[in-house]
Amino acid sequence: MSPQPTTRIPEILKTHESSLLNEWVREQTPHLASQRGRISDADLREQSREFLSLFQQAAQRGRLDTLQDPAWREVLELLNGISQSRAKQGFTPAQTANFVISLKRPFFARLNQEYAKDGAGLAEETWRATVLLDELALHTVTSHIKMREEVILRQQEEMLELSTPVVKLWDGILALPMIGTLDSARTQVVMESLLQRIVETGADVAIIDITGVPTVDTLVAQHLLKTVTAARLMGAECIISGIRPQIAQTIVHLGVELGDVITKATLADAFAVALQRRGLAMTRAAGR
Amino acid sequence: MDRIPILKMGNILLVTIQVDMHDRLALALQEDLTERISTTGARGVLIDISSLEIVDSFIGRMFSNIAAMARVLDAATVVVGMRPAVAITLVELGLSLPGVRTALDVDRGMELLRVSDERNPVVHVAGTEDGGALGAS
Amino acid sequence: MPSELHKQMEIRTSSDVVTVRQATRALAERTGLSLVDQTKLVTAASELARNTLDYGGGGTVQVEALENGVRRGVRLIFEDQGPGIANVQEALKDGFTTGGGLGLGLGGARRLVNEFDIESTPGQGTRVTIARWK
Repeated sequence: MSPQPTTRIPEILKTHESSLLNEWVREQTPHLASQRGRISDADLREQSREFLSLFQQAAQRGRLDTLQDPAWREVLELLNGISQSRAKQGFTPAQTANFVISLKRPFFARLNQEYAKDGAGLAEETWRATVLLDELALHTVTSHIKMREEVILRQQEEMLELSTPVVKLWDGILALPMIGTLDSARTQVVMESLLQRIVETGADVAIIDITGVPTVDTLVAQHLLKTVTAARLMGAECIISGIRPQIAQTIVHLGVELGDVITKATLADAFAVALQRRGLAMTRAAGR
Repeated sequence: MDRIPILKMGNILLVTIQVDMHDRLALALQEDLTERISTTGARGVLIDISSLEIVDSFIGRMFSNIAAMARVLDAATVVVGMRPAVAITLVELGLSLPGVRTALDVDRGMELLRVSDERNPVVHVAGTEDGGALGAS
Repeated sequence: MPSELHKQMEIRTSSDVVTVRQATRALAERTGLSLVDQTKLVTAASELARNTLDYGGGGTVQVEALENGVRRGVRLIFEDQGPGIANVQEALKDGFTTGGGLGLGLGGARRLVNEFDIESTPGQGTRVTIARWK
């Protein structure tokens, strides 16, 4: 490992900490002006103050040429926290990166002051500082994007759950009314949750109703069949109901083998079969 | 080597698999069950796999072998409690467990064996290459 | 790199196959794979570990956590110096019950993972690489 080149960055940060903070906060404010109300002045100041303090400590203790150095861990964690909360508040990645980038102008001004007579030294330190701050800014962007992706994923899952409820029709009989176009990913998730519900409720019959599904492609048909087979392996029986004429045509056309999977035209028919399987029968009340 | 315990309940042998079995343990179970069916004249074997997180082709074949050997000795076999993730994986693997009937839990498994005791033919899980539908009950 | 994220294990006995399953499960869980994906990967690992033992005369497996940008996954590399497979295409065909695929279950294992690669030279050995991504 090459020896740390001498640098006055940590010292300069320490000496000018409070004036740097003031200028930096002022520097950020115009960018956030359009976002007024999403982050309070007090919060902004506190975040900036904390960053500067940790930044100074890390620069003191660790290497300036790599963020992998353990000394930077706390700074990176702070940035993760800030970019994630900004992501949640609706800021763009660029706006969040600007948190770090806007530190450049005030900091370079200080460097300029301290290295007034030393052109080479100024160039070297400025380069060092800009590379470091750029890396930190990029880190916030990555963190920000990751957070957004997690939010989107969670929203997708919630939508999926809401859009395909598994309903208990009777003791031991579940129904899964599917509505809308099915894509491979959605079908897979829904099927997994059906199998899980079968175990949880101890249902040995599950009716998958596809009345509300306009079209089915090979992949989806295969997923349906796989689900039926998996349910069988677990000891439950699936009935597929609500197959529209177009879907029936597609299934035959695609050459999908339904084998001996029970299919019924309507959910009602399927329910009757399910009751039968469970040895139940409906009787009319006396006097009607 | 530890062996998996086999309980006798009436004329049914009950096995609960709770450990991640290595192959020799699985083979020992097969042997032990065959012997116990023979000596006790049991009419049914119930294997509870609700604790099993993994069923690979070896274990799958073990179940089929047990079912086949039990059948020769005039006993039926039911495997109960398969977890959804295991079922999904088995389907993807293309394993169909021929000759093995399944049920959701021990209660239903016992019910199946009781019904089967009334001299029903052993049935195949539908969807295998040998064809065959679920037997009448 | 921390040792739990990259492990090499011997496959010499049937107990080793269990150890491989458990190590794969632990790493898959740690990587954040869903329960179904974990199960698929561990099952594939079990199949391949068994092949290494039964047909390869014993060998090794490397279990590794992967990170590709924001994507995370698990990779396993099974290696043996056994007899090798003469006809890989034939081996990849399905069929536990029909007896096709040479009984190696490679076709099935392939369906359980996102990435599958096999190199084999008769008389020299076999190397199978599988990976599952989150």
